[in-house]
Amino acid sequence: MAASSVQSVPVGEPADDIVLSARDVAKSFGSVQALKTVNFDVYRGQVTTLFGENGAGKSTLMKILSGVIQPTSGEILLEGEPVRFASTTDAQRLGISIIHQELSLAPNLSVRDNIFMGRELKGSMGIDYAEEARQTRALMEELDEPIDPLTPVEDLRLGQQQIVEIARALSVNSRILIMDEPTSALSATEVEVLFRVIRDLKSRGVSIVYISHHLEEALLITDHAVVLRDGVMTAYARRADIDLEWIVRNMVGENFDLGSPPTGHAMGEVALALEDISVADTAVPERSVVDHLSLDVRAGEIVCIYGLMGAGRTELLECVAGRIPLSGGRVVLEGEDISYLSIAERIAKGLVLVPEDRQRDGLVQTMSVGENLSLASIKAFTRWLLTSGSRERDVVDESIANVHIKTDGAKAEIGSLSGGNQQKVVIGKMLATHPRVVVLDEPSRGIDIGAKAEVFKLLAEGASKQGLAVVFSTSEVGECLSIAHRIVVMSRGRIAAEFGADASKEQIMAASGEAVVA
Amino acid sequence: MSKHSQAAERQRGGFDLGRLLLEGRAFFALIAIIIIFSSLSPVYFSTSNFLTMSSHVAIFGLLSIGMLLVILTGGIDLSVGSTLGLAGVVAGFLMQGVTFDMFGVTLYPPVWVVVILTCGVGAFIGAINGVLIAYFKVPAFVATLGLLYVARGVALLMTDGLTYNNLGGSAELGNTGFDWLGFNRLFGVPVGVLILAAVAIITLLALARTPFGRWVYSTGGNARAAELSGVPVKRVQVSVYVLSGICAAIAGLVLSSQLTSAGPTAGTTYELTAIAGVVIGGAALTGGRGNVRGTLLGAFVIGFLSDGLVIIGVSSYWQTVFTGAVIVLAVLLNSIQYSGRKKRAGKVSEPGSSDPKAPANPSSPSSKADAARVTSETESTAGKPATQH
Repeated sequence: MAASSVQSVPVGEPADDIVLSARDVAKSFGSVQALKTVNFDVYRGQVTTLFGENGAGKSTLMKILSGVIQPTSGEILLEGEPVRFASTTDAQRLGISIIHQELSLAPNLSVRDNIFMGRELKGSMGIDYAEEARQTRALMEELDEPIDPLTPVEDLRLGQQQIVEIARALSVNSRILIMDEPTSALSATEVEVLFRVIRDLKSRGVSIVYISHHLEEALLITDHAVVLRDGVMTAYARRADIDLEWIVRNMVGENFDLGSPPTGHAMGEVALALEDISVADTAVPERSVVDHLSLDVRAGEIVCIYGLMGAGRTELLECVAGRIPLSGGRVVLEGEDISYLSIAERIAKGLVLVPEDRQRDGLVQTMSVGENLSLASIKAFTRWLLTSGSRERDVVDESIANVHIKTDGAKAEIGSLSGGNQQKVVIGKMLATHPRVVVLDEPSRGIDIGAKAEVFKLLAEGASKQGLAVVFSTSEVGECLSIAHRIVVMSRGRIAAEFGADASKEQIMAASGEAVVA
Repeated sequence: MSKHSQAAERQRGGFDLGRLLLEGRAFFALIAIIIIFSSLSPVYFSTSNFLTMSSHVAIFGLLSIGMLLVILTGGIDLSVGSTLGLAGVVAGFLMQGVTFDMFGVTLYPPVWVVVILTCGVGAFIGAINGVLIAYFKVPAFVATLGLLYVARGVALLMTDGLTYNNLGGSAELGNTGFDWLGFNRLFGVPVGVLILAAVAIITLLALARTPFGRWVYSTGGNARAAELSGVPVKRVQVSVYVLSGICAAIAGLVLSSQLTSAGPTAGTTYELTAIAGVVIGGAALTGGRGNVRGTLLGAFVIGFLSDGLVIIGVSSYWQTVFTGAVIVLAVLLNSIQYSGRKKRAGKVSEPGSSDPKAPANPSSPSSKADAARVTSETESTAGKPATQH
């Protein structure tokens, strides 16, 4: 397709006016070079998207542009003039704001107080709350999200919080907005709202730098695409000249494939049966987040659960694993009712969960790679009361080899691993318990495409070679059509549709209630 | 290349020395304290003085080890000082004989029964703490603060504010031997110190070599992840408070044996000294980091420091100031150590963002570092075929 990955900067078009650019910017952290002399341009009143795997240097580049860190070498030009930012405040004064992945709002304070945090308007009687509220209201109206300025931020939906964050950036007169993964926690409708806001900002001459792992989504909004790989800029193109495949090819440097459903092995008996299960909403107990859902998974089978945010995927999987209680129905593992067993008992019976958020639920940051890997299977190397160091090493080494973790060794700190390898540690930890059924909640979240493919390959092998029953959930359609034998689409706590491996993306998205966007 | 890697090697060597000093700070502090006080006072550096000081340390050491278990799970136990006092009073009460009016008899339990019952009281207080915290979600600070008052109050009620002075028992009643819990010496070493050593060794083994130890560390490191890995987090939480209560009860027995009396106000504010010992020993109050070796060193630092100040005749007001300063310094060094660690690891840990290569990367960092810096310019111009021109 658009093979012209090498392009000269489009000239002559006034629309492609460059407002901010990085020239030969490099950054090293100790001995690691995160960025190697990168050139990057931000176009006035347009969206420039930065694509790249984890570790490609996207966030580093954005932090340099917004003054969070300083480059080791190279310079930054704002309107053609070289500038230096000693801090984010410096950058902000010059009109550059960054909206981080994790929102930096104080949830206990109101929208108004968040927007004016640190630069309160002073009146004769202390803070001029009325004027602050008036300006806040005006800002929110401009963004078409008329939220009352006195609403506490914690009462807002995530998408609205994002918009408050944007409002705060606009209130300091930002001309350039950097958005790092703004949609990662938003629902489809919230993404729509955000995109509308972005288009509106563009029309007012605000330049946007956008980073996202959702490639398809980013393509909808962007005007320019820049791809980074291993700290080097590998490609630039205008939106009109490229497609998804071009981005992926430039990101990974080769054609990649998330795999296909493993074949050639006989499926076994039903390993996991969910019988008419319901889970009550914690906030509103009369409501069910999982609503009388039934599903059978056979040994050796891989089932993918697709659904939007709020469809009940996480609740379903957490209740299967025993983290949250059922409000109705039964969970049956190999013919045995396990509905009322604890998490530990379910693990002992052979059912394990790989949670969605590996930082929060998967890893113990204070422990080493080896200790994390062996945490769920301590009993396997305990004799009488004492653990055996050498047998633990065997367990750990086996796990490291089985799930292909790249690490300095079992003693390395867990934080020293990349996201993908951390995810493999979580998966390896649960596989070390020799389960029969593995349930994974968004196993591909926040890891790069190469690691994704490896994780899926691992699951496919587990299903075909060891007869594991695998259930994984995802919010990316592309991942449904990889290794799953069966695709179950969830919507509002129920199964909305079920497809075989030959389904199309459009079918799946339509069934989930997601608008099919061209 | 070899020159570069040597440079990197040297750099790493230098770094490690700083790290050694930082990580062994409690040890070096103890050495420094011994050297300083030995030069200030001729009595300080002698076996008999060390043994005396050690028997003081035994009390704090026992409390600190119990406290360490709690702190490792991310909790705190403010009730240990009061538990110590109550344990002493309970032991004293039992040693006086228990009279059952309705049968008209007075029972004099032998010392081993007294020890078991007293430890049972400690365990019971710990269990209340643990259940409140693990199952009723009461913040540890508040739950144990409540028990601090309750246990102290019960001790005062039991004695009406008075002190039991007669703990010796008598041969006819078969309840002698209380002085073997701390007052006496075995092979010249105070029994209290031996008890501390035994408790320390058992705890060390439990933490390093049993599933329970691993559960304690993982609960403190990340309770949610531990739970999803099958760790019985709630049971672990209850257990550490029970163990802390037992340690406090043992300390209470040792102290009343050393003093040959049991007063209801014994151990007031000792919980703070115990926390200080744990913190000086390098444990993180947020949980998951710390060990028995460090905690013991911490207890010795505090004990040897305050006894040293007494020996050279510094006013007790100044002692308080010094102890406080040492604690603040210790916490400061802890935060330097842990933030340094985070910085080294933290670069990669931001979810979904840039992680500059896991160290596992085969073509790897440090040795190549300098070389890479030298060649970076040429390399990178060559390495960007597709950039804008």
